[in-house]
Amino acid sequence: MEQRIKIAIIGGGPAGLAAALGAYESGIKAEDILIIERDSCLGGILNQCIHAGFGLHRFGEELTGPEYAERYIKKVREADIGFITDAMVLALNDNKDITYISPTTGIVHLKAEAVILAMGCRERTRGALNIPGTRPAGIYTAGTAQRFVNIEGYMPGKEVVILGSGDIGLIMARRMTLEGAKVKAVCELMPYSSGLARNIAQCLDDFQIPLMLSHTVVKIHGKERVTGVTIAEVDSSLKPIPDTYKYISCDTLMLSVGLIPENEVSKGADIEIDRVTNGAVVDNFRQTSKSGIFACGNVLHVHDLVDFVSMESELAGRSAAKYVTEGFSGENKSDTVPKGGVRYVVPQKYYGSSIDEKTEFFYRVGKNYRNVSLNVLADGTLILKKKLVRAAPGEMGNISLKGEALDKARKASNLVFTIEEGENV
Amino acid sequence: MKKTFTCVVCPIGCELHIEFDPEDISPEQIKVSGNSCPRGEKYAKSEIVNPERTLTSTVKLNSKILPVLPVKTDKPISKDKIFDAMHIINGLIVSAPVNAGNVICKDFINKGVNLVACRTVSE
Amino acid sequence: MIYDVVIIGAGVTGTLLARELTKYKLNICFIDKGPDAANAASRANSGIVHAGFDAKSGSLKAKLNVRGCKMMKRITEELCVGYRNIPSLVLCFSESDRAALNELYERGIKNGVPDLRIVERDELVKLEPNISDKAIAALYAPSAGIVSPYELCIAAGENAVQNGASYIFNYEVKSITENDGIYIVSDGNSNVSARYIVAACGIHCDDIAAMSGDLDFEIIPRKGEYMLFDKSCAGCVRNVLFPLPTKNGKGVLVAPTADGNLIIGPNANVSEKDDTETTACGLNEIYENAVKLVKTLPSLKNVITSFAGQRPTPSTGDFIIKFSAKYKKMLHIAGIESPGLASSPAVAEYAVQLLSQAGLILEPNIKFNPYRKKLIKIRELSDDEKQKYISKNPAYGKIICRCESITEGEIVDAIQRPMGATTIDGVKRRTRAGMGRCQGGFCMPRVTEILSRELKKDMSDIRKYGQDSILLYGKTK
Repeated sequence: MEQRIKIAIIGGGPAGLAAALGAYESGIKAEDILIIERDSCLGGILNQCIHAGFGLHRFGEELTGPEYAERYIKKVREADIGFITDAMVLALNDNKDITYISPTTGIVHLKAEAVILAMGCRERTRGALNIPGTRPAGIYTAGTAQRFVNIEGYMPGKEVVILGSGDIGLIMARRMTLEGAKVKAVCELMPYSSGLARNIAQCLDDFQIPLMLSHTVVKIHGKERVTGVTIAEVDSSLKPIPDTYKYISCDTLMLSVGLIPENEVSKGADIEIDRVTNGAVVDNFRQTSKSGIFACGNVLHVHDLVDFVSMESELAGRSAAKYVTEGFSGENKSDTVPKGGVRYVVPQKYYGSSIDEKTEFFYRVGKNYRNVSLNVLADGTLILKKKLVRAAPGEMGNISLKGEALDKARKASNLVFTIEEGENV
Repeated sequence: MKKTFTCVVCPIGCELHIEFDPEDISPEQIKVSGNSCPRGEKYAKSEIVNPERTLTSTVKLNSKILPVLPVKTDKPISKDKIFDAMHIINGLIVSAPVNAGNVICKDFINKGVNLVACRTVSE
Repeated sequence: MIYDVVIIGAGVTGTLLARELTKYKLNICFIDKGPDAANAASRANSGIVHAGFDAKSGSLKAKLNVRGCKMMKRITEELCVGYRNIPSLVLCFSESDRAALNELYERGIKNGVPDLRIVERDELVKLEPNISDKAIAALYAPSAGIVSPYELCIAAGENAVQNGASYIFNYEVKSITENDGIYIVSDGNSNVSARYIVAACGIHCDDIAAMSGDLDFEIIPRKGEYMLFDKSCAGCVRNVLFPLPTKNGKGVLVAPTADGNLIIGPNANVSEKDDTETTACGLNEIYENAVKLVKTLPSLKNVITSFAGQRPTPSTGDFIIKFSAKYKKMLHIAGIESPGLASSPAVAEYAVQLLSQAGLILEPNIKFNPYRKKLIKIRELSDDEKQKYISKNPAYGKIICRCESITEGEIVDAIQRPMGATTIDGVKRRTRAGMGRCQGGFCMPRVTEILSRELKKDMSDIRKYGQDSILLYGKTK
């Protein structure tokens, strides 16, 4: 089947939904937008994130994942924006030709004027960590376990050790405990947690679950089902220290060891990928290296808060709308440069003009900081200084340029983002 | 007496420093610093007087679509009653259709607190 | 019922033999202690169809390897199994190793390996651009290939069942007795009777042989560890690369797999039976050895899984294919270590000859169908063909495994086929669902649901593989 559409959005999770609404609110007709979702319902991973904590920035109240998703799904339905579920994109090229497959439509060749990538991310697995030992049942990524508990209503384990202190791991520590499991420890390879401080407090401390920093799992035991793990402390080069090996009996090892943007489809369109974020290189419109292909949400860079996913995706939706209606002017793009403690900045490039009054930049730092400042330099001149009481690798920061600073930034050929420590802060 | 803990009210996670007299824990006697908003102060005081948490979980659902329904308490409940609350939740059965926001259980654990549905399930 | 032949062990030797025997009017049954075919050595090995230059000339190994390699193309076509004719290169790194390389060449010629020759650096670089800068020459064997070992094993089992063979899984043989010329196999609960028995049970061949009083050989389990890389690394090598063999075996290889991944391994360490643990130092060892063969090897970040398998190494140094001294109609097929996979079709053929010589009557089964029931692989079809299948059955349009693009239709097929999948790993080995970069993180709950629905079992009763490999501990509510 051949199909044409103005804006195709790959993914119907929080990013795809917000992008669709962003495009719609910019004047694109509902029937000119199509969301392609691979699951059987919209909402993406939010459906299984039944804990509260979503929406404080976006809605000024604390919602659960399904509630947050439902607000967007409702708007999409009310606007009558097109979507198809159980549909998986098999291919995308730089000409914005999409091939997708679904039980109801079969194979569809969709020609889009603009494409928004909103595929989200996936979890890192045991394979990528190369944990030695046996290969029994009972090793789950935190997200898989979360799906079993919160969507399917089944218990994946009774005595649990969690490796990695990412937010999903922390949330699952509490969730499993509430459902009657015993969470024996959360091991974190790094000397700091990559999860939010509040999640350590309310998910671990509340239930006296030990967080073992600078610890990792060095071996998995059990022939058919996990019977235990050996953990060890690691040294400053993250190598296990031999005489710290300790056996913990458990039936489940849960992994929360990082998320990877799911860019397999993007690669088909030969989109430039940032080696730090593992997502596309984008400009401030969230346009990728391929004209008319946009990216937003966790497929672009892994966020901690869905609120920022929504904000970013609405922007991508508005940008796509602008692209299909009036096009982008051919101004030169300049680079944003992460330096001195800043690991990455998104967007990586920016136009001198913007569709918004302000331009928002997202960044992550490489280690824990206290009382520092984030400095933004336009062609070497300081244009903005933001004080940070704390900055941590697990917490994505955002900084917006507006007014005079934005004017200066617009004229510059590069924008450097850097952390400043010491007295002058 | 001094205490330090992380605020869980929002994702910023401020480190709160609390000074109080264990003999007199009336809220106005508790001194809070480190918070960056008034909600942090309120949270810090309630942590000393009567710690509370919003509880989220699932209840059994009779439905063609979903076997369990996500639910939450619409206000925080006493932290030490969390497992009592789970016990009640594990005994509840809801039938579709159900709308997000529907009250599943009134005066849940604490008076004035409701257990509400977090997802709309049509059939 | 008394079977004509009962085969103990559903590895690749056992299932190919079962299939071979269904060419005749015989009642065949194959049994295994595991929940599926390809439980042990046939599940975890390099998947190489060796050309046949390694084995000592005149040995059974040499003869059956060269013959099996020749048979592989046709048999994999009949069984709809991925096979690729990919040359092997045994690398030589110094002039002092020339003699060993030449010796290997001479042996290969004597064994009857076709088109074998030594290539020098200039040609080697053309054949394998990513070859190590230090390699000066190589033995080039264009008749070699690669095949998915568990796929071949399962396919042969399926085809045997299609042609009338029976099978019993989760049946661990505890005793074998003889009564009036009939053998009675027992697992302690139920008996299986047969006129002929074939023991093809890998590392446990000597344990079974002890039951028939044959104590003249031993099987030494030697563990080999592997690492499998993401498909994006498949371009790393075009050939199967080996170092020169040592007394411990063929050494760590770097090879493409039949499914388009990159594999490195194995090391070789004598271990306890059924020990399939990977170890930090073992994985390290294979990576360090693999690095030596190529200019660049993908980093460990690209590893999607690591695993270990055991080779059944015979104390005699050669394949042991002979009748029991006590039970005259019980055939041992033991010590089928590498090149066992390459040899397996020839081993089956040879075993049938021996059984016939021992009195088994071979009357052709004219209904024998060598072709395995058609396997639908949606990802490999053209758009028009995909459309055709989806309009007939919409489940072929529903992708369950995103990494490998496997549809619900294919998973249901795998469950409903002859000798169908009953476990998560069974589905995985038949369809590749869960074998991609996310290693089942996404599709495993869905596959569990589909198994539960198709087998009419509660989700808690679905197993990863073995009977104790519990996935879920009941409902939360």
